[in-house]
Amino acid sequence: MSTAATHFRQTDPYKLGHGHGGGYSHRYATGHGEGGPASKRVVVGYGFWIFLLSDIIMFSAFFAAYAVLSREFAGGPTGRELFDLRGTALQTAVLLASSFTCGMATLAVEQRNQKWTQIALLITGLLGATFLLLEVREFTELVERGAGPTRSAFLSSFFALVGCHGIHVTVGLLWLGTMMAQFLAKGFRENIRHRYLCFSLFWHTLDIIWVALFSLVYLVGSLQ
Amino acid sequence: MLGKLTWNAIPWDQPIPLISAAVVGLALIGVLAWVVIKGHLPYLWREWITSVDHKRIGVMYITLALLMLFRGFIDAVMMRSQQAVAFQAAGYLPPEHYNQIFSAHGTIMIFFAAMPLVIGLMNFVVPLQLGIRDVAFPTLNSVSFWLTATGAALVNISLVVGEFARTGWLAYPPLSELQYSPGVGVDYYLWALQISGIGTLITGVNFVTTILKTRARGMSYLRMPMFCWTSLASNLLIVAAFPVLTATLAMLLLDRYVGFHFFTNEAGGNMMMFVNLIWVWGHPEVYILVLPAFGVFSEVISTFSGKPLFGYRSMVAATLFICLVSFLVWLHHFFTMGAGANVNTAFGIATTVIAVGTGVKIYNWLFTMYGGRIRFATPMLWSVAFIVTFVIGGMTGVLLAVPPADFQLHNSLFLVAHFHNVIIGAVLFAAFAGLTYWFPKAFGFRLHEGWGKAAFWLSVAGFYVVFMPLYLAGLMGMTRRLQHYVVPEWRPLMLIAAAGIVIMCAALACQIIQIVVSIRRREELRDETGDPWDGRSLEWATPSPPPVFNFAVLPNVQDQDAYWGIKQRAAESQGTASEPPEYRPIELPRNSATGFVTAFFATVTGFALIWHIWWLAILGLVAAYAVFVKFAWRDAEHYEIPAEEVERIDRPYREKLEGALGIQNSLRSLL
Amino acid sequence: MRRLPLIFLLGSVLCACDASIVAPAGPVGQAERQILINSLAIMLVVVIPTIIATFIFAWWYRASNSKARYLPDWAYSGRLELITWSIPTLIILFLGGVIWTGSHDLDPARQRSENPLEIQVVSLDWKWLFIYPEQRIASVNQLVIPTGAHVHFTLTSASVMNQFFVPQLGGMIATMNRMVTHLNVQADRSGTFYGQSAQFSGDGFSDMHFVVRAVSAAEFTNWIGAARADGPMLDRASYTQLAQQSRNVAPFTYRSADPQLFEAIVSHAIPPGPGPRPEAIEKAQDVN
Repeated sequence: MSTAATHFRQTDPYKLGHGHGGGYSHRYATGHGEGGPASKRVVVGYGFWIFLLSDIIMFSAFFAAYAVLSREFAGGPTGRELFDLRGTALQTAVLLASSFTCGMATLAVEQRNQKWTQIALLITGLLGATFLLLEVREFTELVERGAGPTRSAFLSSFFALVGCHGIHVTVGLLWLGTMMAQFLAKGFRENIRHRYLCFSLFWHTLDIIWVALFSLVYLVGSLQ
Repeated sequence: MLGKLTWNAIPWDQPIPLISAAVVGLALIGVLAWVVIKGHLPYLWREWITSVDHKRIGVMYITLALLMLFRGFIDAVMMRSQQAVAFQAAGYLPPEHYNQIFSAHGTIMIFFAAMPLVIGLMNFVVPLQLGIRDVAFPTLNSVSFWLTATGAALVNISLVVGEFARTGWLAYPPLSELQYSPGVGVDYYLWALQISGIGTLITGVNFVTTILKTRARGMSYLRMPMFCWTSLASNLLIVAAFPVLTATLAMLLLDRYVGFHFFTNEAGGNMMMFVNLIWVWGHPEVYILVLPAFGVFSEVISTFSGKPLFGYRSMVAATLFICLVSFLVWLHHFFTMGAGANVNTAFGIATTVIAVGTGVKIYNWLFTMYGGRIRFATPMLWSVAFIVTFVIGGMTGVLLAVPPADFQLHNSLFLVAHFHNVIIGAVLFAAFAGLTYWFPKAFGFRLHEGWGKAAFWLSVAGFYVVFMPLYLAGLMGMTRRLQHYVVPEWRPLMLIAAAGIVIMCAALACQIIQIVVSIRRREELRDETGDPWDGRSLEWATPSPPPVFNFAVLPNVQDQDAYWGIKQRAAESQGTASEPPEYRPIELPRNSATGFVTAFFATVTGFALIWHIWWLAILGLVAAYAVFVKFAWRDAEHYEIPAEEVERIDRPYREKLEGALGIQNSLRSLL
Repeated sequence: MRRLPLIFLLGSVLCACDASIVAPAGPVGQAERQILINSLAIMLVVVIPTIIATFIFAWWYRASNSKARYLPDWAYSGRLELITWSIPTLIILFLGGVIWTGSHDLDPARQRSENPLEIQVVSLDWKWLFIYPEQRIASVNQLVIPTGAHVHFTLTSASVMNQFFVPQLGGMIATMNRMVTHLNVQADRSGTFYGQSAQFSGDGFSDMHFVVRAVSAAEFTNWIGAARADGPMLDRASYTQLAQQSRNVAPFTYRSADPQLFEAIVSHAIPPGPGPRPEAIEKAQDVN
């Protein structure tokens, strides 16, 4: 083997160009992959991170649309006239609290504690539902005041952006329900813990997006 | 009950779509009947429809792509023949129909032919080249494929039920808004793309994770085959660009369905925002298609020149460079929208800068051939034709990136010729090169060389005869998408282009004959060793077709051209057979109907949304959700192949290989 | 769609005119052609040798050529890589200069003289309206300009996006609803040129071409006089009529035009073009 290796080193076409060339021992391997495929947990979490990044890019397209259209009132109401900062601050608090309880649930899952997992997830879900309820109330009030999404391009982009987040929360709630059921029915099996990892990443991401939304849309909008 | 859908949605008075749909329908029914009667249905269900094996999914992607390529080609034939006869005349296609055809042609060719071709090749090849057993998320991979198939199905349904968009393949508003396009055509377009777009996004996530996180031992970044690098770049672009498409199309959907004002003329909507957003996706999309094509050519040229790829690191750098800069050039698609001199300058220069990356690649392929021992098998012929064609297409592309030149050439047939020049010259040529190259790996026998070469020469000739006149027509001021025209100077060019399409038809016939002949003579074309081309990367280190687990023992990669290195070392250890490996049981993902069933409900939902059949849409969504819950509930995700079974499958191949390697060794010592 | 063949007889308002961009009729077109040729030349310097090298390498290093030296491991050369990166970079540097100067010199919005002839352009479904605000006349699908004079177009669209494009004058520019774009051109020689929309805009798109006549100053004055003598009046009512979808409209002139009309279209004082008429929609649904 060693003679073959030596011989091969001489014919290695890459020895000139490559700092790591001149040999093929995997000692010289650069970057990852040296040790073979990563563990399932890493792969699942990594993949879901990539998905979340793409989701954030989708939101940024809606943010961009809002930025472009945020002054196209078409004679209709402006953000300053419409936004109720107290209501949205409450929404923010509720969603941040749900992120906290979601974190608690993660701890409980790591402890394999069924009772606290269920309780923490239930509170998370209730807080999420409260958030949605507040949002629905805000939307219906706006529509009743004649400030629905069809009124102006500004309102279209506002409803689309906030509504897109709302749809994400709704999907999150559905997912959360199945997560609770899965823990109950299947216990803390490995693949279910992987799914939960993804869920918690998803839920925290929604929080981050909401923070951006709250500051860029509501805060800035009510200052204008 | 049925929303906007009535009996009149079927175009009873238009013979062309009706007859073609009838033929396709009959063929489908015929195939289905044959499958059922012959009892192939269980096989089909078990081995293909519910398969999560990346190789099977890759083959299904390519099958779908070839079918849609055929459909898109028929559209092309109709367009070219219409323009050949429509000089101061109505031609045979009224505008209402002609406009659907060119819109469908573009949509189909990009989304349902080129994309599935590229993704199909990646599916089949990347895990094999990385030396692993499957992609990171096999079941999601199947979902991706079936969602793409859903989109393709919706586009084809629009042929007979309702209409397709009459807006061009990017459906610029306000033309695509409800006010100016009240029919269901744009809705077909939007939902087909939304649904298949989700599939593509999942593919992107899947392959980025696969390539970054699950490579075989020793497969460091700088040992990855070039095709894996370009696939990685392409999938990064998918992950970064497709969400923008989803958001943009969602905005247009909101405008059309619930009266929002993103892109409308009224209430402050801004159509320029659509044009910007769609090209923020659209330009990277070009590189999503073309980068894997570059990867295919890198593999083919290196293999058939019998040399490693020249300037591997430059190639990687150039790929990533293109990947990055492709996001900074979108405005060159609308220099004529009046953005001003400074903006146009910036985007014009950014665009030409991409040519540095592609230029480097061209030279690297040239120097890969330099000092080689080039075997001109069909894949290599496609590659050489690609270099020449792509240099021309790249040059005209840079020309269009010069704003003052674009003021004359934008939306002309010069532009049409340019992007066909790069998409056919790179993506399609790469697809054919790649199909011929990897076909033996997938099916265990090579494609017939004679017919392949005939198809090659006719395709290249047909391509030049069709598109060189279009360049000229563009220089003579002819704009695109004309259903008829009045300028006599354009006529001869349209006639020549029509003649070219006849040559293309002959090429297509050769392609079909090639497949038929190859299947009938498969015994003499059989690939026994799994390495029919004296290959260099790991996909050749396994039998053709590979067993379901790809590699009996996962390879430990020690070189850049991993399999070439293995063969070199085997040659040096002359005759002394390597130790038989220690076989272990292999765990593989179970089949899953999730993809197929989700896609079924996605099709139903999409169709219901297009026709405003709200109850059915809700039903479809609920059902799709139920499928996922059901999938989440299953207990066994994997099954195990015992070690003895692995050995039983692997041993004969190994014996054959050692024999073959022995022969090769003696040959090599002679040379 | 059944009406089409009928229209054709009337409609092929025949173009005895030129469309080629390689035979420009004015300074803008000429400059754009020059840039096109320059850029092409710069690139051909590299492209032609590359194509030749491809054929030579492919031919010489064919497997059956025993004279060719086989270098199975040759895959890197620092010097060559330097060259492969620098050749395209140099080309792009050259082209970058061309782009920079060209984009600024030929910016369609750049005024080319003090007192240009003002023409307002409105793209409609599916015809072109040209308003001469100083002369207070207007024309449809027919554009008459004096030779040797700088013409400033102000453009908008009544409905969907179009592109105003007279190949021989140069400088394509988009027309968009609620937005105004500018184009400055000049015809140096008299002649009849072909103009068209370069942006697909719907079912009547293929008929959105028009005749551009570049005439001497005297002839231009005559034409204005003749136009003032005859034809309908362009006011809001007749404009609303004109904004309805129609195909293959034969050229005609308005004897007078409301000079505020263009502004009213841009500001939506007059609503945008209506799109397909309801009966047309029904018919289309019957047909489709």
